[in-house]
Amino acid sequence: MRVVGALLRKELLVELRTLESVPGMALFAVTTFVVFHFALNQNTVSGQEAAGILWVTLLFAAMLGINRLFVADADQGGFDGFLLAPVDRSALLFAKALSLLAYLFVLELVAVPAFALLLLGPPLGQALPSLLAPLALGDLGVAAIGTLIAAMTVRTRARDLLGPMLTLPLLVPVVIGCARASAPLLQATSGDGGVGPGSLPLRWLGTLALYDLVFGLIAYAVFDFLLED
Amino acid sequence: MRSPSLRALSISTVAAFCVALSLVFFYAPIEAEEGFLQKIFYLHVPLAIVSLSGFVIGGLLAIAHLRTRDQRWDLRSYVAIHMSLIFGAAVLLTGSIWARASWGHWWVWNEPTLVSFLIIFLLYATYQPLRFAIEDPERQARYASVFAITAGAFVPLNFMAVRLSASYVHPRVLGSSSNLPGPMMLTFLVSLGAMALLFATLCSYELAAKRTRILLKARSRILGFQ
Repeated sequence: MRVVGALLRKELLVELRTLESVPGMALFAVTTFVVFHFALNQNTVSGQEAAGILWVTLLFAAMLGINRLFVADADQGGFDGFLLAPVDRSALLFAKALSLLAYLFVLELVAVPAFALLLLGPPLGQALPSLLAPLALGDLGVAAIGTLIAAMTVRTRARDLLGPMLTLPLLVPVVIGCARASAPLLQATSGDGGVGPGSLPLRWLGTLALYDLVFGLIAYAVFDFLLED
Repeated sequence: MRSPSLRALSISTVAAFCVALSLVFFYAPIEAEEGFLQKIFYLHVPLAIVSLSGFVIGGLLAIAHLRTRDQRWDLRSYVAIHMSLIFGAAVLLTGSIWARASWGHWWVWNEPTLVSFLIIFLLYATYQPLRFAIEDPERQARYASVFAITAGAFVPLNFMAVRLSASYVHPRVLGSSSNLPGPMMLTFLVSLGAMALLFATLCSYELAAKRTRILLKARSRILGFQ
């Protein structure tokens, strides 16, 4: 636990001093919303369309962070230093996943209000509390899978290419779950004819939670093998 | 572990395919709704089942590799996934033809089985790029095994997620509505067996070729050829 804390502190400190990932991710997300506005030629979106745009943007922005997650460790000897320390190797997985989770949190802190401001038709205020659930579960899945894939691809020749290629198919179920769960929340009128967002589909949250759990366990089981040399 | 002799496997595969195809064309009744077209079912579904099983088997072999550190398990895992990928391309092709003929479109999105298969296919298509982007052979085998295990677990989960997301159009073969009439079921099972034999035979051939190549490399190194 202490090791995870120390590693997490180091991650966040490095990010805070270099500002390599998070500002880029946030800026990318906002720019993508602008691109969507022109590409779709629409001023406002709602419902499934809105959920799709939000999640595709968040996913691609997260990909930028995932690609950079282990680069400093691989290039500047961080792996060697960590392997010399007499600590459990899974600590690195937890620390990296938690720092990626923190990056995603900051990203959404910028991207979700920007989305509400730039593209979303119906007001966000009412839907926001329920939207937190799919956001949190989606972030967990992205963090678990992203950390595993980042560790897998960082020491390959074409890491910038392989990272997204491997991550995207693995995250399709997360996108399905998140986009379906948030679609009714972003609707102008709820399904039963009333005004305001519809209710949160619990079925999708259950699927998401199961997916996160399974991939968290898989990442925990196989991560050690990625760090052996 | 010695694989069964290639000749015996090849002969039994050819024999099984002869039996399966004659059953498909001469024994199985013409389906009432889809007519002759439904025959592609005896090709498409066994291909899909064998291909998916091959992916999962590749993951299990990868677990064996990580546990024993024996490179031969990694070779087997590689061959299983490689062959499943080729079968997978055939699944997408036959599925597309079937979809065109029976629903009028080459690709149907609200059809969870085909869509999940595409996602799995796209994921496994990155197996070889990942593998061959790593130079060190030991690390290559280890990373490929990690990928094979992750992806192997993804296969059933992905099916679950995609199936939840769409309405049911696909004919369910195995599962709650498995009520094929007797002759059709028999033909289907024989086709499935033939396809599994084909998979095993092709895997054995590829394994034999890979082993020979490794042996040849080792020998020529001893003799000083480069």
